[in-house]
Amino acid sequence: MPRKFLVIVVALLALWQLIVWLTQAPPFILPPPIDVGHALVVNAEQILFHARVTIIEIVVGLALGCLIGMASAWTMVRFRSVRNWFLPVLVASQALPVFAIAPVLMLWLGFGMGSKIAMATLIIYFPVTAALYDGLRNTDSGWINLARIMGASNHTVLKYIRVPAALPSLGSGLRIAAAIAPIGAVVGEWVGSSTGLGYLMLHANARAQVDLMFAALIVLAAFAVVLYFGIDYFIKRAVFWQTETSLEAT
Amino acid sequence: MTAVNVHLSAKYGADHIFENFFLRLESGKLICLLGRSGSGKSTLLHFIAGLLSADIAQGSVTADDAKPLAGRIAWMAQQDLLLPWLKVIDNITLGPLLRSNRTQQHVEKARELLKDVELRGVENHYPHELSGGMRQRVALARTLAEERPVNLLDEPFSGLDASTRYQLQGLATRLLANQTTVLVTHDPLEALRMADLIYVLDGRPARVADPVSPPGDPPRQLGNNQMGESYNQLMQQLNHPAAGDIHAA
Repeated sequence: MPRKFLVIVVALLALWQLIVWLTQAPPFILPPPIDVGHALVVNAEQILFHARVTIIEIVVGLALGCLIGMASAWTMVRFRSVRNWFLPVLVASQALPVFAIAPVLMLWLGFGMGSKIAMATLIIYFPVTAALYDGLRNTDSGWINLARIMGASNHTVLKYIRVPAALPSLGSGLRIAAAIAPIGAVVGEWVGSSTGLGYLMLHANARAQVDLMFAALIVLAAFAVVLYFGIDYFIKRAVFWQTETSLEAT
Repeated sequence: MTAVNVHLSAKYGADHIFENFFLRLESGKLICLLGRSGSGKSTLLHFIAGLLSADIAQGSVTADDAKPLAGRIAWMAQQDLLLPWLKVIDNITLGPLLRSNRTQQHVEKARELLKDVELRGVENHYPHELSGGMRQRVALARTLAEERPVNLLDEPFSGLDASTRYQLQGLATRLLANQTTVLVTHDPLEALRMADLIYVLDGRPARVADPVSPPGDPPRQLGNNQMGESYNQLMQQLNHPAAGDIHAA
């Protein structure tokens, strides 16, 4: 896995360099990797400062979105009235693009981290809620029948059957959340901020520091990849019992 | 242990599967319900287990001792229904776990049962580490661990290969001896190997003819010539012309 990762990174850098050569793109359109690497080193302090802000926004947004999403799914499963009233609202709310309400969040929560955390939270809330809700609902009826015959209570059915059975589905939701949480934070920064990698990119772009813009982008991408695979690792450990079937025809 | 009387009327939409159907389950016997796919045998078993909703099925399941049957049933299905996130030992003691009253005694008992079903050294394994036959042995141990007066078995061995199935039929029959058990199957040979009494379920609405009671004690050896007559009897009932108009296969 680490070797494969290294090969992919090197291949992407080579492809990048190849495109620069072939298109003869000027550095203010597409800087070569070496320039971006240089910008990364020279501006390390500045980039780290802004990266820290964005990473906090993503991680806190992710934690909040997952917590609230999981709590919502749980409540919908436990209480029929919540399910009947809240589910249509939840689905309808997705017709509203989160990006469109970014200015409103800015207005309410201000220029700082709060509005970006809210963006990240909002953007991952739905996939997490939907994934866990579906997972809790679609428990194999054979297990449920067996539990009923055994005289199980609602509580123990949730604890021993529904929740563990929902983990693979919740895992899919969390993977999606890990992948899109950075989108929420960065879009939030674009709409209005004075810190963060999204801000740094706009700022650098406005000053024609294209190499710095790319350097910020690369740091963001690197963090997103680490976040995704970190979460993927924990999900795989949590659902160790799930046997993957081979995708190749035998 | 107690005999159980089952009265049932059931329909799915306009399809009346059972109408004023009656069956008595003798105490301490292994009773087999034999029928083709769609004959209603599985519906009947689900009804006895209390798993059918009232808009599908009306009727009663009454025990001779007049106590309700709820909480006195153990269930085994074609799928082993093992929980993949629980170790074998926890799967066997799933009943006590779900009733929040598992004790060390339950665990000890589960270890004994693992020996009974001829599995050793797997109590801390997870189901995905076991073969299909081993998993069904664990499911059998879980069923026996419930120590219920009535055991309901819904085609428990049909997913297994022939020799594993034969072994498990023998094992289950010995371990369930003298317990009230209802076995649903579509396989006449399984019925002959395991059952004290065999009812063939057939027709719409479903009916049963007089039960076939094969000679000798189960588990029976199937190579036996004496089985031939019972086998013919069962096949005749299964191929009854009355069934032809519905199952025109």
